[in-house]
Amino acid sequence: MNCPECDAILSIPDDSTEGEIISCYDCGADYEIAGRDGSEVKLKQAETIGEDWGE
Amino acid sequence: MTSLCIVFDRLRTEEKMLQREADIIGCQTTMLDAKTVKINTETSGDDLRLGDVVLERCISYFRGLHVTAAIESMQVPVINTFDVASACGDKMIMTLRLKRGGVSTPETNFAFSTEAATDTFDECGYPLVIKPVIGSWGRGVIPIRNRDTLDAILEVRTVTDGPFDRIYYLQEIIENRGGDVRDIRVITVGGEPIAAMYRRSAGGFRANVALGGDPEPCDITPEMAELASAASDAVGGGILGVDMMEDYRDGGTTGDSQLVVHEVNNTVEFKGLAKVAARNIPKAMVEFAKRYARK
Ligand SMILES: Nc1ncnc2c1ncn2[C@@H]1O[C@H](COP(=O)(O)OP(=O)(O)OP(=O)(O)O)[C@@H](O)[C@H]1O
Ligand SMILES: [Zn+2]
Repeated sequence: MNCPECDAILSIPDDSTEGEIISCYDCGADYEIAGRDGSEVKLKQAETIGEDWGE
Repeated sequence: MTSLCIVFDRLRTEEKMLQREADIIGCQTTMLDAKTVKINTETSGDDLRLGDVVLERCISYFRGLHVTAAIESMQVPVINTFDVASACGDKMIMTLRLKRGGVSTPETNFAFSTEAATDTFDECGYPLVIKPVIGSWGRGVIPIRNRDTLDAILEVRTVTDGPFDRIYYLQEIIENRGGDVRDIRVITVGGEPIAAMYRRSAGGFRANVALGGDPEPCDITPEMAELASAASDAVGGGILGVDMMEDYRDGGTTGDSQLVVHEVNNTVEFKGLAKVAARNIPKAMVEFAKRYARK
């Protein structure tokens, strides 16, 4: 599957699951896996770091 | 069989490790993305498949806190509790709890307007370190060593003008940290220290802005263990990351250091430490959750 931002090929590990973040090695965009249907992976824009993020 | 629910908003290595260990110790584990949760006043724990106990692991503090409030009102035990999460989420509240609990912590001033913040410096002198009361990973933690820096920071806060920008947390700086700027992170589970590591600065003031090197394991000394347990008690227990600094002020360069706790973290990250720690950290966490579950 290709990066919606820059069209580079995204490497999505086979064992990745919903909620995980995938980064594009080319442009650095972050995507969250929104769903999986067999080999079909649905991506959505990952949230960006918020002021209240952390430990 | 205990059923355990892990609430997350970003599925990190930590959450996957917790899920795996929970499965191994025989829990029935479900993962719940807080971003997909829709609830109302009638929602029950069963509707959300929360099971017998919840581990709240959100990366967004306020999201996690509000979800925790909802889960507690559904009478499902959640780790950490709302009280602990809200105490650790705000540095001022956390510092007050540490102090009240008799835990040694740097002397800290609080002020609630730019004028009072400026007066604090007039009275205490420079330097002091300013920290946003909300936030983590060292963001916005800045040593203020002169009037110019102070003015710059006060001006930025006036411009951003968020509700927490009016809360000034100004802490004495531990200047002599033994030549080497490093923190000690101790993970406690139910008050018991289970693993520790050093965090070293990449050259700047903050030791938590990491070099990206390998985590350095740290032997838990009796002093660290006692302090970590006391810090855990002071904020109300649960699963925590207790951060300490070595203060060499009384010992000079050759003398002894004393440990001070500057921070207790509510949703502790541990993937680096897990690689080098003797104890299985996620396993200790889910075993604790299992003991904490409603019967
Ligand atoms: N009073 C102090 N004196 C000297 N150095 C300090 C002091 N307070 C904090 N530091 C340094 O700055 C770093 C960041 O501070 P602190 O841990 O309070 O921020 P944080 O945003 O809560 O970080 P984290 O969430 O990673 O614990 C610390 O790791 C420590 O090395
Ligand atoms: Zn891209």
